[in-house]
Amino acid sequence: MTYRANILISSSAPGAQAVEQALLEKIYEHHLDGEVQVMQAATLGPQAQGVELVIYPEGTHYVQLTPEDARLIVEEHLLKGRPIARLMFKGIEVEPLEAPASKEIRVVLRNVGKIDPGNIDDYIAVDGYGALGKVLTEMTPEQVLDELKRSGLRGRGGAGFPTHLKWTFARNAPGDEKFVICNGDEGDPGAFMNRRVLEGDPHAVIEGMAIAAYVIGARQGYFYVRAEYPIAISTLRLAIQQARDYGLLGNNILGTDFSFDLEVRMGAGAFVCGEETALMQSIEGARGMPTTRPPFPATKGLWAKPSNINNVETYANVPQIILKGGEWFASMGTEKSKGTKTFAIAGKVKRTGLIEVPLGVTIREIVYDVGGGILNDKKFKAVQTGGPMGGCIPEKYLDLPVDYENLAKVGSIMGSGGFVVMDEDTCMVDIARFFMEFTQDESCGKCVPCRVGTRRMLEILTDICEGRGQPGDIERLEAMAKYIARASLCGLGQGAPNPVLSTIENFRDEYEAHIYEKRCPAKVCKPLIEYIIDPETCIGCTRCARNCPVNAISGKPKQAHLIDPSVCVRCGICKQVCPVNAISIESEGKLAVG
Amino acid sequence: MEEHMNLLTTVLERYGADPEALVEILRDLSQETGYVSQELLVAVADRLQLPRSHVHSVASFYSMISVEPRGRHTVQMCQDAPCHVAGGREVWQALEETLGIHFGETTPDGEWTLQVTSCLGLCSVGPVITIDGEVFGNMTHAKVQELLGRYRGCCCGGSQGGAA
Repeated sequence: MTYRANILISSSAPGAQAVEQALLEKIYEHHLDGEVQVMQAATLGPQAQGVELVIYPEGTHYVQLTPEDARLIVEEHLLKGRPIARLMFKGIEVEPLEAPASKEIRVVLRNVGKIDPGNIDDYIAVDGYGALGKVLTEMTPEQVLDELKRSGLRGRGGAGFPTHLKWTFARNAPGDEKFVICNGDEGDPGAFMNRRVLEGDPHAVIEGMAIAAYVIGARQGYFYVRAEYPIAISTLRLAIQQARDYGLLGNNILGTDFSFDLEVRMGAGAFVCGEETALMQSIEGARGMPTTRPPFPATKGLWAKPSNINNVETYANVPQIILKGGEWFASMGTEKSKGTKTFAIAGKVKRTGLIEVPLGVTIREIVYDVGGGILNDKKFKAVQTGGPMGGCIPEKYLDLPVDYENLAKVGSIMGSGGFVVMDEDTCMVDIARFFMEFTQDESCGKCVPCRVGTRRMLEILTDICEGRGQPGDIERLEAMAKYIARASLCGLGQGAPNPVLSTIENFRDEYEAHIYEKRCPAKVCKPLIEYIIDPETCIGCTRCARNCPVNAISGKPKQAHLIDPSVCVRCGICKQVCPVNAISIESEGKLAVG
Repeated sequence: MEEHMNLLTTVLERYGADPEALVEILRDLSQETGYVSQELLVAVADRLQLPRSHVHSVASFYSMISVEPRGRHTVQMCQDAPCHVAGGREVWQALEETLGIHFGETTPDGEWTLQVTSCLGLCSVGPVITIDGEVFGNMTHAKVQELLGRYRGCCCGGSQGGAA
């Protein structure tokens, strides 16, 4: 059994027992006992710091703990993945264990979990703000752009536009007032890399933005962060204040004539606000609806002024490129996609979570070496990358090196790095329907093809999943996908058909099974499946019948039971409670008449 | 209502009565009063000297701003792919069946509001739901019934809002 986290607790310290008790109770309360292992150690640090514990694999070291702190650690750190900075050991840090994968190279995440995000001195101690100092005193904006060009850095938020070009456009755009914006409105399912960076290393992003401001000639910057990330917002606000106190933001930074300050703006829950023009509408206090491009933000952005907008990860890469040089960055990655990329691995893999690998590693390496393989050793079916606008990549591309070009070639996108792994029990038609539900819900409604088209596609997909699919539906979906992608203004509409197109392309047989045989091969789509009790295996314990919410199961004690498919709602409770695994799901299907 | 107007003054001061901060002002009002009533929307428009239509268009656009009263308890379910792959549709249906409403609705007795939320970053314990901000992972059809039953059976609501 592999545990997601191992906790070492110092058992010899006074009060350790109460802390451990509280910790264990909370772990059980949240049913984490199968995922988290607690082990006792005598002492943990070089000097005793009260009751301590270390959480691996990250190596987060908490000290001076009370039982209340222990409960908080379970709720925040273990359950939500948010380390609690104020409880961490501050001093000589023990070297954290690296994640089991040696494939990882940490550039963007190098400080996350290792420094105290609430203390600017920690960041300065690891060369923080050294790049800004170098840029302001030794480099012209052109030299910075040259360095970025050599690095090959491309936007980490989606399309992968070369960063140096974007900055050059904003720099060359005429105008006295310009803005630098950080897009912290990541919304990819399961992709929380930006939150991790903002919560763990906010100064790296601030420094990257200040360098961008110097290059394009901006005095004011905006951070747009999702309101769903309250800790990221408070960490960021604290970091901005500390940077101001140190003279690293504000007027005449480091004694030069460069002045720059930052403001944090929060979203209010709208996926489309991750799109750059919609985001700027939202900062201005309006509905977050995309606007036509051109004009591009570089010439007419926030309040119609030239603006440069990049995402969190892009800015976080910049200081290190300045310090270590463009060649260093370009030495990682593939021909056209340089550097590293963070990915949030989720879905049916053994190890989920956030990783950072050089671009060009294969899907197989990410799924099997880093992710530890498929859960319960089932068969890999597909990986969905890039969020709801991305596509599903099938098994035949397992050895595909992951970079911007290759993902585009197989009908998907990089996005901000979502990586959802699916196994043989996943129905690809249902997945396509799920993503269409999402985009249909999140469509802002401005463009008719997106607003109406996603709804029509969803209706067809729902019909297919519920056994009402008609011959010709696949072709109808393909035709609509083409029109929606062509006739929508922003990335949401243009990318909305991708999950459908890529599943049709790679899993057409599943669509056909649903439509022509009324059969769901993965046994997922409820109207097409039946729960069946094997009379040979059933011991007549009556447990299924007692737990059935609709009384669909009949049978006498100690005799084989029977499920009435006309009453059954396919909730699956009977299968979960059966002690002898007598209940199976079948999808026999029937050939469509005529 | 007077209480709400006082709150409006507090929230406006927080953002320097800046019309550009309209999204944040409305979100704070919605979170602190449960929803932004028609009267409050009109007051916001007047105080910020914005057209009422503009204020309403913004309030109705964002999912974290509610213009309708919400139930005593709010249940949110993660609407993202990792939770779906982990069996989210069963949980989704269990919530709708058990509460007798669709997502985005409030029960007629004003007890429950059912909403979706974007990714909470807890993908390793999906499917994830929250009840009044408290997080519950690894949900199944059966666990939904048990959990909602627990809230129903308890007169105080049972929640400490542990996920602030």
